[in-house]
Amino acid sequence: MDAAKRYFRSPAAVIGLVLLLVVIAMAVSAGILFPRDPLALAGRPLVWPFSNPRFPLGTDNSGRDIAAQIFYGSRISLLIGGVATAIAVAIGTLIGAFAGYYGGWVDNILMRITEAFQTLPNFVLLLVLVAVFGSTLMTVTIAIGVVSWPAPARLTRAEFLSLRNREFVQAGRTLGMKDLQLILGEILPNALPPVIVYASVVMALSILLESALAFLRLSDPNVASWGNLIGLGRDVLRVQWYVSAIPGIAILVTVLAVSLVGQGLNDALNPRLKSR
Amino acid sequence: MRILSLAGRRLAASIPTLFLILIGVFLLLQFAPGDTVDALMAQMGGGDAATARELRKFYGLDVSVPVRLGNYLLHLVQLDLGFSSIYGKPVATVILERLPPTILLMTASLSFAFFFGLVFGIIAARGVNKWPDTLISTLGLIFYATPSFWFGLMAIVVFSIYLQWLPAGGFEDIGQAQSGLWRMIDIARHLILPTLTLGLIFLAIYLRIMRASMLEVLNLDYVRTARAKGLDETRVVMGHVLRNALLPMVTLIGLQAGTMLGGSVVVESVFSLPGLGRLAYESVVQRDLNTLLGIVFVSALLVITVNFVVDLLYARLDPRISAEG
Repeated sequence: MDAAKRYFRSPAAVIGLVLLLVVIAMAVSAGILFPRDPLALAGRPLVWPFSNPRFPLGTDNSGRDIAAQIFYGSRISLLIGGVATAIAVAIGTLIGAFAGYYGGWVDNILMRITEAFQTLPNFVLLLVLVAVFGSTLMTVTIAIGVVSWPAPARLTRAEFLSLRNREFVQAGRTLGMKDLQLILGEILPNALPPVIVYASVVMALSILLESALAFLRLSDPNVASWGNLIGLGRDVLRVQWYVSAIPGIAILVTVLAVSLVGQGLNDALNPRLKSR
Repeated sequence: MRILSLAGRRLAASIPTLFLILIGVFLLLQFAPGDTVDALMAQMGGGDAATARELRKFYGLDVSVPVRLGNYLLHLVQLDLGFSSIYGKPVATVILERLPPTILLMTASLSFAFFFGLVFGIIAARGVNKWPDTLISTLGLIFYATPSFWFGLMAIVVFSIYLQWLPAGGFEDIGQAQSGLWRMIDIARHLILPTLTLGLIFLAIYLRIMRASMLEVLNLDYVRTARAKGLDETRVVMGHVLRNALLPMVTLIGLQAGTMLGGSVVVESVFSLPGLGRLAYESVVQRDLNTLLGIVFVSALLVITVNFVVDLLYARLDPRISAEG
């Protein structure tokens, strides 16, 4: 309750929450407002925004409604952002938990692997994964999750290192609890809050990664994604720059919203750090 | 000397990591649909099975996966990254040709982000919660959320198409062959927009870290002592605070080296720069897996090198590090 009050006292956090709710509302209402396929031909190509009431945001190079693509695109961004983040956090907490709890050679091996993932540039590994497994919505989402887990893993490991010898864990050990019970039932719930706050960073980065991939035409071409639309608009950038400009603003607003909410949560949950 | 051995030890520790990456990606690429020979045959317009078999033998693809991996690593130790069938040249040559633009771009972006992150971070921290701080912090948040490729495209629209101040892409003007100083100026003009585009998100990160780290150091006792001695604010910041506040910034360079290299893939594609990032993209599209593996190796090597330099720099900024080691 206290945390919620603190959250709503910060104007930036409230703005972030409002923006995020707007994006979610867009995703939910896309099917009602635009019942037709957003990738179907809707009218003349390259209609400027605000010039035709049928297409408030205009049409793209092949005559598809930009407004519809923006609304449906929010679904893709939220879906990929959410699922990829869930995958990254799940892998990260698991690896970080085992590394931090057991220490020794387990920690050594797991951290070596983490280091390898961190040494190889994220985006290059993403390119390799897409080259190998193709670029459907599912493979792209999983690939983004797979390249994003090292940071949550390090965070979880650090939490486990500081928690594993606390009294409540030792008490559990004396009671004869198994390692797995201690890790999942006792330590993990205490280690999770900072990881969940960090998940907002992972989500913001996932959305940016997907849009960059889509811009390079390496993401799923059969869904209405903001990155796809920017890539398309690049062909007509010289005059009809709005085709690329509009989806870019959508990405910016979404990523901004996610980071503001994350920062607000962080400040609300760790009030002592707020002055930073 | 002590610093060198310390950094050297960390460098040696990264060699197993490098091999882990190479083996992992090598095995991963075995799952890729189609190999070099398939790509080559497609380029030649098809061929019979006998030709394919001969080509596989020529490229050493007719043996089992572990043997191929062994061969690859054996060649790698001799700095031989294999042959790119798409470019018809050794992979090492292809990559070396593409390396200079990327390194130039990364150095320029890093300097831009570091310098302005530093300056804006100091300004924001000096007037905490006043309007310059609010303005700078807000801009930082927006820059952080801006997709770099989109910023690049919009910069092209404004500066290349409407104002026509700067070229929209390419590394240099091929139309007129230039030399010496003029060529340098020409390349610099081509790199302004890519540098801004790639550096923007790092600028946002650096100014945030610099601001936080300044605020932390400004509250330490020794700064109070410096003020009590009667030093003016500029001398306090420049002579006492800066050096300690810089440490997290330097750490960040090492942590972000990989991200920056990844970002250059996108930026080089936007501005059609003939760099390593664009090569990575092209080799994915053209299924040139040998080159892709070579790029993985070189980019990991680059990241390790940057971290080595950061270690040295770090020890220089903070003598305690080498003393304790």
